[in-house]
Amino acid sequence: MAVNTGAKQFRKVDVDQYNEDNYQEDVIEDGLDEGPNENEVSSLLQAGKNVDALKVVLKNAPLSTKNQNTKDKALQLTMRVLTSFRSAEIEKAVNTLDKLEIDMLMKYLYRGFEVPAEGSSAVLLNWHEKAYAKGGLGCIVRVLTDRKHV
Amino acid sequence: MSQVHSFGIQPISIHSFNENHNQIAFSPNNDEVHIYKSGGQTSGGWEKEDVLMEHGQRVTGIDWAPKSNRIVTCGADRNAYVWTLDSGKWKPTLVILRINRAATCVRWSPMENKFAVGSGARLISVCYFEQENDWWVSKHIKKPIRSTVTSVDWHPNNCLIASGSTDFKARIFSGYIKEVDEKPEATAWGKKMTFANLMNEFSNGGGGWVHAVAFSASGDKLAWVGHDSSVSVVDAQNNMSLAFVKTEFLPFITFTWVTENSLVVGGHDCCPLLFNYDDTGKVVFMNKLDIPKETQTKEISAMKRFQTLDKRATTVEDSDLKTLHQNTITDMTVHTGDRGSAQKISTTGVDGQMIIWDFKSLESSIQGLRIS
Repeated sequence: MAVNTGAKQFRKVDVDQYNEDNYQEDVIEDGLDEGPNENEVSSLLQAGKNVDALKVVLKNAPLSTKNQNTKDKALQLTMRVLTSFRSAEIEKAVNTLDKLEIDMLMKYLYRGFEVPAEGSSAVLLNWHEKAYAKGGLGCIVRVLTDRKHV
Repeated sequence: MSQVHSFGIQPISIHSFNENHNQIAFSPNNDEVHIYKSGGQTSGGWEKEDVLMEHGQRVTGIDWAPKSNRIVTCGADRNAYVWTLDSGKWKPTLVILRINRAATCVRWSPMENKFAVGSGARLISVCYFEQENDWWVSKHIKKPIRSTVTSVDWHPNNCLIASGSTDFKARIFSGYIKEVDEKPEATAWGKKMTFANLMNEFSNGGGGWVHAVAFSASGDKLAWVGHDSSVSVVDAQNNMSLAFVKTEFLPFITFTWVTENSLVVGGHDCCPLLFNYDDTGKVVFMNKLDIPKETQTKEISAMKRFQTLDKRATTVEDSDLKTLHQNTITDMTVHTGDRGSAQKISTTGVDGQMIIWDFKSLESSIQGLRIS
């Protein structure tokens, strides 16, 4: 009988990382994405122009940066913008967005689902219903397949 | 109208017709290749002629060469077989691909002197017949493919190979083999055509595995469909301009060109869709090809109503999909005509059905459908 039957550390070794067949991600340079300008968005929100604030936040989403802080800040900002809409206004706002913006919105919705806050899920579900009506299943599939995460 | 043939309950993963379209070779998602002949009294007129059982594992690709009447099949057992008809029986010839992973797709070249096999070993095997040794030799295209090759297609000049891969890219390589080919002339895709030279690499910016890739009839355009529900077209004559449309449908698995500017795609939505690459260089969705007729609601007796209410908690009986295909469309080929002007296309699906779509009758039955 082997003496060291108690040794179990080997079970924690991830053998897959040593497999030469592994697909390595394309080296994406650390893009200097700064994310949306917080002051600009705040001022738009205060002026009541939440559709414009939404467009700014979606257009400047920090996709290519590796800085998690930038991404988190952008997420918080987007959540603020999304919760500032009344339920009746959501559909109108979604109708003003083009295809790329709808895809980005859907990405943020699912990201928002990952970090639920007080009552945010209900708002996000409402947005999801309207965005799905416009973007269809393809929009949701793209959230799942896109390599660039929000 | 569209002819529907059911070949049983097993999904049909790939199919291929012979030159006269009176024979079909398909695989019911296992290690067998079934050959059916049309004519005869059985379902929809297709009779089982033969079952080819040489592969040890699932058959992943079948291609029937129209002129030389040979079938090449490839499978997850890392082998490919070339089948020739010998006094009524199909005789296999093993082709050693030298791959250490499953083969995923196979295509004869236009002149049928070579075929290309894509594989999970991240390479494409181009095979040609060597007369002196009386066997098939394979050469590999490796760089810079970084993941499984899902589909391959040949350019009409018999030398260029387009490939789609799970590394989200579509690429064009040269498959020029000096032993069997004459030196090809320069095409719009590039001049240098040494074997395995990467001519171009394309990606539409999103993610999503490339499921199918094909050259247009002239070879000047390359299109592919990806798992991000997109259809992309690159036009070599137009400065390699890339156009794509990200659709709201479920992802497409297969497609085929039907004219120089139109393509029909099919996939998880179980419905063939027509797209057009218009003069402004945009890919535009035109029409669904499967518009179900509105069936009149049948009178359901009270007894039936209570029975379904008891069994299924609903009074509605219908659980079938409204489209003809009841499950994903897995493979699509041109049936009558060629890629430049197809008159009929055939699709097979996970529901075990093979449906032949006739464009003439579709154009007359669907409002505003024009295939040009």
